[in-house]
Amino acid sequence: MAATPQPVRARSLSCPNCGGLIELRGFEHSRSAVCVQCCTIIDPSTPELTILQKFDQKLRVRPLIPLGTRGNWQGAPYEAIGFQVRCINVDGVEYCWHEYLLFNPYKGFRYLTQYDGHWNDVQTVRGLPTFTRVGDHKAVEFAGLTYKHFQNAEAATKFVMGEFPWAVRVGERNIVDDYVAPPYSISAEMADGEINWSRGEYVTGTQIWQAFKLNNAPPAAHGVYSNQPSPYAGKPGRAWRTALLLLCVWAAMLFFFVIGASNREVFSANHHFSPTPGEQSFVTPVFELGSGAKNVEVELKTDLDNNWAYFNLALINESTGQGYDFGREVSYYHGVDSDGSWSEGSRSDSATIPRVPGGRYYLRIEPEMETPTSGFSQAPRGFNYTVAVRRDVPTTWLFWIVLPFLIVPPIITSIRAAAFEGQRWMESDYSSTESDDSSTGDDDDE
Amino acid sequence: MSVAANCPTCGAPVTFMWSSAVQTACQYCKAILVRHDVDLEKVGEVADLPQDASPIQILTEGIFDNHRFMVVGRIVYQWEQGSWNEWHLAFDNGGSGWLSDAQAEYAVSFQVYPQTALPSADAIRRGMTIQWQGQNYVVTHRTRAAYVGFEGELPFRTTDRTEMVFADLRTPDARFGTIDYSEDPPLLFMGRQVDFDELKLRNLRMFEGW
Repeated sequence: MAATPQPVRARSLSCPNCGGLIELRGFEHSRSAVCVQCCTIIDPSTPELTILQKFDQKLRVRPLIPLGTRGNWQGAPYEAIGFQVRCINVDGVEYCWHEYLLFNPYKGFRYLTQYDGHWNDVQTVRGLPTFTRVGDHKAVEFAGLTYKHFQNAEAATKFVMGEFPWAVRVGERNIVDDYVAPPYSISAEMADGEINWSRGEYVTGTQIWQAFKLNNAPPAAHGVYSNQPSPYAGKPGRAWRTALLLLCVWAAMLFFFVIGASNREVFSANHHFSPTPGEQSFVTPVFELGSGAKNVEVELKTDLDNNWAYFNLALINESTGQGYDFGREVSYYHGVDSDGSWSEGSRSDSATIPRVPGGRYYLRIEPEMETPTSGFSQAPRGFNYTVAVRRDVPTTWLFWIVLPFLIVPPIITSIRAAAFEGQRWMESDYSSTESDDSSTGDDDDE
Repeated sequence: MSVAANCPTCGAPVTFMWSSAVQTACQYCKAILVRHDVDLEKVGEVADLPQDASPIQILTEGIFDNHRFMVVGRIVYQWEQGSWNEWHLAFDNGGSGWLSDAQAEYAVSFQVYPQTALPSADAIRRGMTIQWQGQNYVVTHRTRAAYVGFEGELPFRTTDRTEMVFADLRTPDARFGTIDYSEDPPLLFMGRQVDFDELKLRNLRMFEGW
């Protein structure tokens, strides 16, 4: 039968430039292999081992995942067989990332990319993304997700190690468009007029370190990466939904609290007060307060005009003589000055006494006013007032204290989520902080 | 399902795994044999296949859309940036299809017969749209490639080694097609890109250390 019983063996070559040993890990897939000793790229698929390029070895970078390391990654064993450093140049500043080529002889190739401690698991796209728009953003649609355009840049290969299934060269430049839908991203890389689509998924360094059993710790991730999932993703919505729900409960409770209170007027009387020397206290007729330790509100409504009055008040139980003493100042001033009309204070005031047992009560009222000290001032003007007593009025202050606790958390969550997105897009082509007149590059962000 | 005949060159028995095979090779003397009813005609000699790292081999078995298949043949194509394999699949329902393997990216397709004429090899360009069964297929690649070898049983004769044009077709939902300009009118193959695990392949090649 035609089947080959022997396993496919990995080859090793000797570098046509320096004679050094080059071990191949990608079997016959490799179209370029790098001699680490002399920084020469050769084509192992040619019998004469064509030298594709010799490059500057001053740019040597040590890969964090040593080539030849095997790990169980995304459900299958993969071996790191290639490594390259690629850079983009934005306003004279070079930003470089690392790409690891992973290989499994059955499942093929995939990549891990690393920038500033942020990692992505990248695979070629099966299917074809379609171009679309989201507002003023270019975007692509793929497999039910919309990816917003993040950045357009020219990526240059700066350093290579290991082997690749294509002819790799240091200095090679490609235009790359990145689109993001955290935790995913899609890259469109232009090569020979064709678009090569790949899709990345944000992964943590810890996941990689565990999968490939690497020593030490992965480098710490700095800043926010383009497709890094937001820790606040979906939280503002949830927080607002919760807040809305609680507000409904709050409003319902307030409603029932208000309509549940009997809020009955048990006494009301009109009086006139003239400031004359001497004690002016008097008591009201007795009124009945219903049973139960409910509150009592005493309300004063006056016709004071640019004047003030003070009321000494006492609510006294007729049978026990027990009283609740309290005072209220009512003052109302108004006028017109250079800033326009103004007013201060109020003509009315009220006091609420909590938990007053039922029974028969009366009020002792003693109004006070500034009394004329000498005869030549204008005649002291008295004022009219109404005193009203209400039993079991709804007190709602607790509700208003609670209200901020309902509304503030979603606001804070929304602000934090927006700040995270702001940081994400700060590095993009759509940064709002991007200045057109970037004179020098020394203005550090933040 | 094996049909036996003798090699006209060396007399060795030649068996067919797939009853509709048109072309095969004698495993002993490497003669390329074309079948006419029961007779076999030698039309050439097989060249050694280039070394490659495909995990698939003749007699690999798998399942596609609930139909079992066996790999009975293979064509190796070479283009500017490498080579790829078209594995000829014989299905349990008697049909035949192709499993293409380009650097371990896989697609399964079947020959179909379009009602309307396809664009010519000179006219076809990247970005063009081809309609097939209500779907828009975008031409994503136009490649010039040539046969560099074959093995096993094939549904047609493949002796021409001149370069020809291939056009790859894609859709957003991973449907896949190829227009093969080796014949006139061109051949159209339609299918979809598949995941390695999806095919549940057995009897694969072994790789040392894996």
